[in-house]
Amino acid sequence: MTRGYLRADGRKGIRNTIVVAYLVECAHHVAREIVIPFRDRDVHLIGFPGCYPNAYAQAMMERLCTHPNVGGALLVSLGCESFNKFRLAEVVRASGRPVRTIVIQGNGGTRKSVAEGRAWVAEVRAELDRLETVPMRVDEWIIGTVCGGSDGTSGITGNPAAGRAFDLLIAEGAACIFEETGELIGCEHILASRAATEELGQELEASIAKAARYYATLGYGSFAAGNAEGGLTTIEEKSMGAYAKSGAAPISGLIKPGDIPPRGGLYLLDVVPDGEVRFGFPNINDNAEIAELIACGAHAVLFITGRGSVVGSAIAPVIKICANPDTYRRLADDMDVDAGRILEGKGTLEEVGREIRDFVLALADGRRTRSEELGHQEFILTYKTFEPIGPACLPAA
Amino acid sequence: MNGETDPRLLRLSDADNVLVVTTSLPAGATVLVDGAHILLRSDLRLGHKLARRAIPAGEKIVKYGAPIGVATAPIEAGAHVHVHNVRSDYTPTYHLEDVRTAAEGRS
Repeated sequence: MTRGYLRADGRKGIRNTIVVAYLVECAHHVAREIVIPFRDRDVHLIGFPGCYPNAYAQAMMERLCTHPNVGGALLVSLGCESFNKFRLAEVVRASGRPVRTIVIQGNGGTRKSVAEGRAWVAEVRAELDRLETVPMRVDEWIIGTVCGGSDGTSGITGNPAAGRAFDLLIAEGAACIFEETGELIGCEHILASRAATEELGQELEASIAKAARYYATLGYGSFAAGNAEGGLTTIEEKSMGAYAKSGAAPISGLIKPGDIPPRGGLYLLDVVPDGEVRFGFPNINDNAEIAELIACGAHAVLFITGRGSVVGSAIAPVIKICANPDTYRRLADDMDVDAGRILEGKGTLEEVGREIRDFVLALADGRRTRSEELGHQEFILTYKTFEPIGPACLPAA
Repeated sequence: MNGETDPRLLRLSDADNVLVVTTSLPAGATVLVDGAHILLRSDLRLGHKLARRAIPAGEKIVKYGAPIGVATAPIEAGAHVHVHNVRSDYTPTYHLEDVRTAAEGRS
């Protein structure tokens, strides 16, 4: 049994973070200045840079500010941006968390806003530090997975090992989410065959077809130059490797950013926008995907890398699983799990999968990831458009 | 396709016509593929693929038992299989340089 922080909505968190959220790029500096003195005290910077309204960004911010790992939120507004700060503050307040909005234009500018923000954070930090943890069962966990900086080793060591960890966690009742439909192109039929219902299988196939259309319009697949240098030749090949992260459990549902899995099981997160191609690439980098997994309630994220990503995230710990033994030797300081050792005969997929599962649950007993220790708190949120999921996408009540 | 294969070459599925290199191999090395000795004509870095047998242009490249693209030129047994002789059936692959000869990835 792990332990977590009980929130008013009944969900439990494995961290007790305060988020400081800028609501337009023009408030970013003030928000960052507020965070700096608290950088080692679980105060994280998140935000949305745009001045124009966007329902997706609004929903993402609402989900993130009320994430179970979050204990309170400070909202930093310039004053004239279109983001609905009133609604965001109300959502946070209704969730039982302390919330405060600082409007820079109405507050005497940068210096006074920073001082007021820091005073609020100090007070709420002290309050949250007194919160006791309660028992948290594995079936109260949500775990996401993403791969980034993939190479030819990702799909044979790190990704299938993460898949084994998912199998173990799902068997214990957890909800696990894999994602990037643009990196499942070519796998649509095998994916659909694992769906809990035929209707869900059709939805899964449709989500991959949407991703293929979207990327074809953009002219690039979800494929970076480093992927090719690392031995991956086509998006289909990258997809087959990425697909291995999903493990072997039946697929229970298809969700979109901000949808929270209603119960344990395996879920695919559809990250490709609906409708015509409007705001550019679905996710402009790995951290955009991590933020979406967290908005779906993920307490922690498994990040499998071959080339060697170093990122972490605001709000939820990111466990970095290194698929490539050469990369591991170069970047051991940034890696939590050495999955590349499988290629050297020093471990099996089962052993590494078990190690990942154990690492996840240890996060609730004070274990910190390398990226947390190093202060990584990357965060990015951009414009997107989504339609709600269809009725066949979630398991029947 | 019987016979022994070098343990440094990973066959992910019986149906595959490529093998994955699990440790970097230099040009000039000889490896055993399905019982046949094959001379490597180029360096093959960890994670890259070589042809398990001769693959004619137009044939699907199969890895994990699934098609991952199509050969754009005839590929000899043991040759590097990558962006210079394979294309995607979905979206073109973007790469920064001639990855056949790319240096050790320390950029």
